Amino acid sequence: MNLVRRNRPRGLVRRPWRLAAEVSALLIAAVVAFPLYWMVLSAFKPAGEIESTRPRPWTLAPSLDSFRRVFGQQEFGRYFVNSLVVACTVVIVSALIAFLAATAVTRFRFRFRTTLLIMFLVAQMVPVEALTIPLFFLMRDFGQLNTLGSLILPHIAFSLPFAIWMLRGFVKAVPESLEEAAYIDGASRARFLWQILFPLVFPGLVATSVFSFISAWNDFLFAKSFIISDTSQSTLPMALLVFYKPDEPDWGGVMAASTVMTIPVLIFFVLVQRRLVSGLGGAVKD
Amino acid sequence: MAVQETAVARVAAAGAATPRTPGRGRRGDRWTPWLYLAPALVVLGGLLVYPIYQLGLISFLEYTQAQVSGGEPTSFRGFGNYTELLGDGRFWQVLLATVLFAAACVVSTLVVGCALAVLLTRVRALPRLALMMAALGAWATPAVTGSTVWLLLFDPDFGPVNRVLGLGDHSWTYGRLSAFFLVLLEVVWCSFPFVMVTVYAGIRAVPSEVLEAASLDGASQWRIWHSVLAPMLRPILVIVTIQSVIWDFKVFTQIYVMTGGGGIAGQNLVLNVYAYQEAFASSQYSLGSAIGVVMLLILLAVTLVYLRLLRRQGEEL
Repeated sequence: MNLVRRNRPRGLVRRPWRLAAEVSALLIAAVVAFPLYWMVLSAFKPAGEIESTRPRPWTLAPSLDSFRRVFGQQEFGRYFVNSLVVACTVVIVSALIAFLAATAVTRFRFRFRTTLLIMFLVAQMVPVEALTIPLFFLMRDFGQLNTLGSLILPHIAFSLPFAIWMLRGFVKAVPESLEEAAYIDGASRARFLWQILFPLVFPGLVATSVFSFISAWNDFLFAKSFIISDTSQSTLPMALLVFYKPDEPDWGGVMAASTVMTIPVLIFFVLVQRRLVSGLGGAVKD
Repeated sequence: MAVQETAVARVAAAGAATPRTPGRGRRGDRWTPWLYLAPALVVLGGLLVYPIYQLGLISFLEYTQAQVSGGEPTSFRGFGNYTELLGDGRFWQVLLATVLFAAACVVSTLVVGCALAVLLTRVRALPRLALMMAALGAWATPAVTGSTVWLLLFDPDFGPVNRVLGLGDHSWTYGRLSAFFLVLLEVVWCSFPFVMVTVYAGIRAVPSEVLEAASLDGASQWRIWHSVLAPMLRPILVIVTIQSVIWDFKVFTQIYVMTGGGGIAGQNLVLNVYAYQEAFASSQYSLGSAIGVVMLLILLAVTLVYLRLLRRQGEEL
């Protein structure tokens, strides 16, 4: 095992090069992390300091003023909950639907199977933003404008094709003999599906969910287009822009709101980090 | 977990059981796959296929505020919207800007992502963890958030970048190219992690014996990358390239937020923002839809190329 899967090929790199590589990796990591550092720093800077024309990379008097302003803003907490509801619903529902569909296209042979697969592939390429106009009228006709449903439904549809395509590899990897054994033991199809296949494919579902979570949590265009009059149904990206006026931005408020908005995703990423890397490996190896 | 373990054990025990392909011969199998597919097909049909049809339809109609509110009847314009669009010099300018901008984003993202993936394989655990964590952080940052943070970093008065570079109060969002460049930096920052992590996962899946054999044979680092790794990584590279093309071609949030809805006098418009502005700001729904159709067609062409690449690689669907 150790021989087959060693992380880095030893003997390929000479020592001084290794050192240079490590130093540059650390430097690049610092550069990549810098915007996030600056975001959190600015969120904690006291009111006057952030508008200083000589910005310092530290603060001597960290303050919670910006956060107070953000949470003091009407309904910010509500926006936060709305965003969570939208993202979590999209993740769970699309994972379940994609799991069923991926099972169908990998473990059964039926007419139009290849056609369907190609359609899922093509569906991935559809620029969803281009569908904003027809979706707007669709949501209006079904009375879904200004509801969270108008954000949830399209995102479920848009994350499905990619999720199905990605899950395919995971479902395929489960040996068919396992299915046989389950049936021999008298398990029903439903039992096999939910008690055996589902837990085995779960790591793949986690990797997939990263993408659907991000797309739903990030959504800006649909929130901007579909939530037009009832702002209590709005989501975090819109709340953030309350503080961002192009001519006179409240940078402290913007950075505090940004920090609050980024933290749940960061937590989510840290939680699924290992699964994500192995999941992407598994999905692309296929 | 217990269920699957006993199942595995029983497979081993019942090794002599007659092999049978699932999906053949079982009662109800003809309909089972369709039952599993039903929710996906309903959702995709209602929220993807039908809207695409509607998009095409609206693009052939006269559809503005008057028709939406029911004040005037909708009328069929045929290719009128398209001739209006294609006859507008602005559209061509935006189209060209979109293609060039997306291409620059894709190339930069791929170069940075692949280079850092290779770097990750060359370093020990601690620097690797640091870089991985920083990249995941950038990836996790929502587009709106990333946009405002980069604006603050490059703010002419309060941003650290101009101080460090000694640029005084140079405004990055004022000029057309520098505004596009700023958005490009943000887009690369938040999208290289996907490429890096995926390619890194791919390189790790290459058995190290292969690489050792190559280096024992005296192959240079470049040669190993070019002749050994790249061919093995090709499927992965195709996937990340296509994904990047799709994502970068339809960038909306970053342009909208960072250039204030398309830049001064619309100098930083890309197709997506242009369509939004036409439809929702000017109530020209039919023109907006025609732009949407053009985007759809361009990405469809990319998809066909992708499909051909997959087929040529002998990928089994």
